[in-house]
Amino acid sequence: MTADLLYSEVEEELRASVRALLADHCTTAAVLARCEGPAPYDPALWRKLAADLGAAGLHVPEAAGGAGASLRETAVVLEELGRSVAPVPFLGSVVLATTALLAACPADPLTAALAEGARTAALAVPLSTAPGSAFPAGVRVDGAGTLGGRITAVADASAADVLLVPAAGPQGAALYAVEASAAGLGVVPRTSLDLTRPVADVTLAGVPGRLLAAGPDAEAALQRALLTGAGLLASEQLGIAEWCLATTVAYLKERTQFARPLGSFQAIKHRLADLWLETVGARAAARYAADTLARGDADAPVAVALAQAHCGALAVRAAEECVQLHGGIGMTWEHPAHLYLKRAKADQIALGTPGAHRASLARLVDLPAPVSG
Amino acid sequence: MESELRERTAALLAAHDPADTDRLAFLQARFDAGLAWVHFPEGLGGLGAPRSLQAVVDAELAAAGAPGNDPRRIGIGLGMAAPTILKYGTDAQKRRFLRPLWTGEEVWCQLFSEPGAGSDLAALGTRAVLDGDTWVVDGQKVWTSSAHTARWAILIARTDPDVPKHQGITYFVCDMTDPGVDVRPLRQITGEAEFNEVFLTGVRIPDAHRLGAVGEGWQVAQTTLNNERVAIGGQAAPREAGMVGVVAETWRARPELRTHDLHQRLLKGWVEAEVARLTGERLRQQLTVGQPGPEGAAMKLAFARLAQELSGLEVELLGEEGLSYDDWTMRRPDHVDFTGREAGYRYLRAKGNSIEGGTSEILRNIIAERVLGLPGEPRTDKNVPWKELPR
Ligand SMILES: Cc1cc2nc3c(=O)[nH]c(=O)nc-3n(C[C@H](O)[C@H](O)[C@H](O)COP(=O)(O)OP(=O)(O)OC[C@H]3O[C@@H](n4cnc5c(N)ncnc54)[C@H](O)[C@@H]3O)c2cc1C
Repeated sequence: MTADLLYSEVEEELRASVRALLADHCTTAAVLARCEGPAPYDPALWRKLAADLGAAGLHVPEAAGGAGASLRETAVVLEELGRSVAPVPFLGSVVLATTALLAACPADPLTAALAEGARTAALAVPLSTAPGSAFPAGVRVDGAGTLGGRITAVADASAADVLLVPAAGPQGAALYAVEASAAGLGVVPRTSLDLTRPVADVTLAGVPGRLLAAGPDAEAALQRALLTGAGLLASEQLGIAEWCLATTVAYLKERTQFARPLGSFQAIKHRLADLWLETVGARAAARYAADTLARGDADAPVAVALAQAHCGALAVRAAEECVQLHGGIGMTWEHPAHLYLKRAKADQIALGTPGAHRASLARLVDLPAPVSG
Repeated sequence: MESELRERTAALLAAHDPADTDRLAFLQARFDAGLAWVHFPEGLGGLGAPRSLQAVVDAELAAAGAPGNDPRRIGIGLGMAAPTILKYGTDAQKRRFLRPLWTGEEVWCQLFSEPGAGSDLAALGTRAVLDGDTWVVDGQKVWTSSAHTARWAILIARTDPDVPKHQGITYFVCDMTDPGVDVRPLRQITGEAEFNEVFLTGVRIPDAHRLGAVGEGWQVAQTTLNNERVAIGGQAAPREAGMVGVVAETWRARPELRTHDLHQRLLKGWVEAEVARLTGERLRQQLTVGQPGPEGAAMKLAFARLAQELSGLEVELLGEEGLSYDDWTMRRPDHVDFTGREAGYRYLRAKGNSIEGGTSEILRNIIAERVLGLPGEPRTDKNVPWKELPR
C-alpha cells in the first residue's frame, strides 16, 4: 500500500491556521447564539475561511484559479470545521459543488469564483443521497430549455449564490448552473435537525439554467462529487468525535462524585478507552479515504465506503457518550454537546448511511448477500 | 542505506546459495552479515539501520528462496526476550544470547505469571535469594507458553519482600535445563497443551544472568510487556489477512450457508478488521523508528475483539458442520497455528487473545490512564511492603 496516512507539515500548518481562525471567530457560545437567530450561517467567518485563508480553493488546480493542493488538505479543514461545528457552507460549496464543477467543466469561470470564495454554491441533491445512487429525475428540462421540479433537503442551499442542478434533459442526464436570484426559483429552509448545517427544499418553475455537462459527463461529475463528499465527510466526523471525546475526558477529570473524580471509575474509563480506540481507527480510515481520493487511487470507492461505514456511526456514538457522561448538564441547551449530537446524527444520514455503505462494500469486495432467506 | 542493504543481501546470497546451504548455516551467516534485524547494532545481527528497512531485506531473501527462522516457534524470544536483552543486557549477555535466539537454535519462554499474580503481575511471590554470586530461586509459574520447548526463560522474581511490590523485583535469564526446573503440561480449552505450569525448586542462576539492577526488575519487565503487545497486534498485513480473510473465503465459497443476519455481521466485522489494519499501518508509519507505546496496547485490544467476533461468526456460518471439532487429542504444539486447523479450534483459541499478554480489561485501563490521562483507581497497595499485602 502506498497510501500516506499521516499529516504532512504543510497540512499541520494549515490545521493550525484554521484552528486559530475558528478559535477567534467560532466559539461554541457564538455558534449557539447564532442558532437561535434568523441567519444560521456566519458570513463573516465564511469570508475569512474561504477567501482570506484560501480554504475554498485548496483542491482546485492553479489553472482553474485554486491553490493546487489536494483533497487531503481540504479534508484537514473539514476535521477542524467538525471539531467546532462551524456554521459555514463548506461541505455544500467547496466539497460537493466545486468537485462536481471541476469534474464537469473546470474551465468554467464559476470554478475560479468558487475557489476564491467570491461566490458560494450548493449541489442540488438531497443530502442523504449516497454515491452510486441513480441519476436524479426530479428536475426536468422542458422544450424551452428551462428547468422545473423539486429537490428536498439540499445542504447549504440557503447560503448559495448558485445551485448546481442535476436534471433530466432532452439527451438524458444533465447538470445545470442556476442562479439563486433566477425568477421561478424557490429555496425554502426546513427546520433542520442539524442547527449548524440546515437543509432547504428547492423548487424550480420554468427557471433558466446554464448547461454544464450532459450525458455520461454529467453522471460522472455527480458521482465524483458524491464519492468525494462521502469520503471527506469522514474527516468532519472524525473532528466531531475528537471534540466529543476530548471534552468528555476533560470534564470527567474535573467532576467529582462519591469523593472521587468520575474519571477514576473503571466503568467510565473502559467506555472512554473503547471510544478512543474507535476514534484512532476513524483517523486511519478518514486519512485513507482522503488520500485515495486525492491520488485518484482505484481503491477510493472501497476506502470511502469503509470510512463512512465506520466514521458515521462512531461520530454519533461519541456525541451520545458525550451527552450521557456529562449527566444533566449534557441535556441542556446551554452546553454545546447537543450541537455535536445533531451534526453527528445528520452526518450519519448524509451521503449514505453506514448501512448503505456496508451494502456497497459487499459489492465492491465480493461479499454478496444471500440470494434468499 | 537502502542500497547498501541490497548489496549486502546480494553478497550474502552469493556466498551462501540457499539451494545448497544448510538451513542453520544460512541463518547464522545472515545474522553475522547484520541482516537478521537490521535495526540492531553491528555485531549483534544488525547494522544500526532504520527498522523499516528490514522489509527490504526480507523481501529480497524471500524472493531468493532463502530459509526463514520460523518466528512462530520462537516468537517469545524474538518479540520479548531480544528487545529486553538489547536494552538491559551486558555485552557478554548480548553476545551469548542473541545469535542462537534469532536463528532458532534456542527457544525462549517467559516465566512471569504466577497462580497468585496475573494481571497484578507485580504481586509475584517467586523468591530469589543471593548465595555468593548465585541466586537461588523457589516458586511456581503458570500459563508458561513454550516452556516445554524452551532452552532459556526470562524470569522475574522477588528479591526483597520488605519493600512495596514494584520495588523488590529482579529480572533474570533462567536456564530451563537446571535440575530444579519442572515443566508440567496444562491442557487447555482447545484440547492441546500449549502452555505449562513451571515449578522452580532451588534453581541456581548465576548473577551474570541478571538483566538490569537488583530491585529494578519491574522497569525491565515494562520493556518486555510493551514489546509483547506490539508483537501480538502489530505486524504489517495485506487486506483480509488473518481471521477476516478466513471467514470471507468461507463466505465466498459456500453461498448455501449465507443468511442476512450473518451478512450484516460479516460486513461489520470486515469494516472493523480493515479499519484496524489501517490503524496499524498508520501507527507503523508513525513509529517506524520509535519505541512501542500504549498504541501497541490499542492494537492488541482491537485484534482480540475481532479475532473473537469473526471466529465465532465462522462457526455459526458453518451451521451443522460447526457442531464438529477437528481433534481433541492432547498435543504439545511448538507453535500456535490458527489457519492450519478448523473453525472450532480457531473459535476456542481466540478466547485466549483477550487474556494472554495482558487482558483486554487491563489494556483499557492502560489506555484510559496513559493515553487519556484519566485518574487511577484509589489504591490500597501503595507504599505497603509486599509481605504485608493480602494474598
Ligand atoms: C494462551 C495463554 C498464554 C499465556 N502465556 C504466558 C506466558 O508464556 N508466560 C506468562 O508469564 N504468562 C502467560 N499467560 C498468562 C497471562 O499473561 C495471564 O493469564 C493474564 O495476565 C491474566 O492473569 P490471570 O490469568 O491471573 O487473570 P486475573 O488477573 O486473575 O484476572 C481475572 C479476570 O479479572 C480481570 N481483571 C483483573 N484485574 C482487573 C482490574 N484491575 N480491573 C478490571 N478487571 C480486572 C481480568 O481482566 C480477567 O478478566 C498466558 C495466558 C494465556 C491465556
